[in-house]
Amino acid sequence: MTQIRNRRTLAWALIALLVILALIFITPMLIVLMNSFKSKFFISSEPFKFPNADTFTGRENYIEGARKIRFFSAFGYSLFITVFSVIGISLATSMLGWYLTRVKTRFTTIVYYLLVFSMIVPFQMVMFTMSKTANMLHLDNPIGILVLYVGFGAGLGTFMFSGFIKTIPLSLEEAAMIDGATAVQTFFMIVYPMLKSTAITVAILNAMWVWNDYLLPYLTIGIEYKTIPVAIQYLRGGYGAVDMGAMMAMLVLAMIPIIIFYLVMQKHIIRGVIAGAVKG
Amino acid sequence: MQKSIQKYAALFVLPALISFAIAFLIPMIMGVALSFFRFTTVLDGRFVGWENYRRIFIDREFINALIFNIRFTIVSMITINIGAFALALLLTIGLKGTNLFRTIFFMPNLIGGIVLGWIWNLIINGFLLSRGVTVVSDPKYGFWGLVVLMNWQNIGYMMVIYIAGIQNIPSELIEAAQIDGAGQSTLLGRVIIPSIAPSITICTFLTLTSGFRLFDQNLALTAGDPGKQTEMLALNIFNTFYGRTGFEGVGQAKAVLFTILVALIALTQLAFSRRREEEAA
Repeated sequence: MTQIRNRRTLAWALIALLVILALIFITPMLIVLMNSFKSKFFISSEPFKFPNADTFTGRENYIEGARKIRFFSAFGYSLFITVFSVIGISLATSMLGWYLTRVKTRFTTIVYYLLVFSMIVPFQMVMFTMSKTANMLHLDNPIGILVLYVGFGAGLGTFMFSGFIKTIPLSLEEAAMIDGATAVQTFFMIVYPMLKSTAITVAILNAMWVWNDYLLPYLTIGIEYKTIPVAIQYLRGGYGAVDMGAMMAMLVLAMIPIIIFYLVMQKHIIRGVIAGAVKG
Repeated sequence: MQKSIQKYAALFVLPALISFAIAFLIPMIMGVALSFFRFTTVLDGRFVGWENYRRIFIDREFINALIFNIRFTIVSMITINIGAFALALLLTIGLKGTNLFRTIFFMPNLIGGIVLGWIWNLIINGFLLSRGVTVVSDPKYGFWGLVVLMNWQNIGYMMVIYIAGIQNIPSELIEAAQIDGAGQSTLLGRVIIPSIAPSITICTFLTLTSGFRLFDQNLALTAGDPGKQTEMLALNIFNTFYGRTGFEGVGQAKAVLFTILVALIALTQLAFSRRREEEAA
């Protein structure tokens, strides 16, 4: 009897510990939320105090911040670039992944290893030459940047798709082609539908990367078209104090879409991230 | 079959390959070549041999960034992995609310580096308020600030990998150990930890690589202040390229060294997992 009771006490103690840890994990976001309703003059001097009659400013920081960094246009650019990059990457890399797996020549082997190699190279290696190249090719706009994202996403996408395609038996594709289907028909009618779970993983990993990416859009399109991370860092300005009121409000607006996306897609996200970590 | 697929090679290969060439391959080749040139735009280069590599070391900036980066990466690698493993153990013993806790701990991982940096800028400055200093008053605040930030972002991520590893241990293995009279610590040390060795390798190297590659968080939290003392390699390279005219070639040479460092870590990981697979086979 006492042993069972001890076990129960222990279980509750551990749950209490987890609750405290969970609160510690959430608190930073809540503090930002709380400060977003305070006048900018009181944020740095009393960040952990609730707003009161003197410091509460309602929506003012949101209006001021959204005006300063044109948040809603930044949101539009971020959304446009993320959605179409993800579609582009999924399509282009699944096709390339299938081709590289089914066609074995020296060319396909070399391409495959170059793609794998690109996954280990840090962005700083190519950032200067890449942004100059993009500039010369007039890719420095929200549509051109999609090409760059497909290029940088090509490594992981192709690697994951071809990893999965290797496990699909050839017989289905062979049967389709014997019945007279072209390679294009075979890919889109037979192979592509089977790639669904890998496609979800690839889409999620890339969506998280593109949405949060700072340097690539900053270097290529940052002056004219600011995505959310670029717009937020822009609040820091050149010299002088940061408008912490606007900053807090914009951080909240930046986090809301991510948290909604996470709560809706949670299962897929966690599974995708594990698959990406294990295979990448 | 191979022949009939090859007829459509252009369609299947070119979209990804052309983008890859523009974004990565051509810039990569140009980048390696330009590390031996003095240039301001990419087209006005003058060959200078190893000069750029020598000029990396005319001041201690790069070495300081390297040392700071190594210290940061090792400390955060250890703390993240211990924290993540401990949480993973707590969440796999069948307590109530496990899924909810997992959801919460993983959440910060989705927030981008710039946003993370500013969140912690507020919090850390808030804690330092009573001492009358800020996160950029002394490099040690920036250092620990970045470690805390990195832990907050990555503990949940590594935790889900450890959880997946622990859940893959066959339950017969644990039951057998318990029947043989293994206590909790024996179970942990002799059964659980050896069984999740692949997860440990993955998490160790993931935290190592992301520690060395860190940029956004560094920029948003301290921007390298005070006086470049909290600048890590990626940020140092960025500032060399865009902060000092005439140093583009030096920036490119630093980038080459940085790439070699990161590639060495990746190759070590590959060797590790290969050896384990061979042992298992």
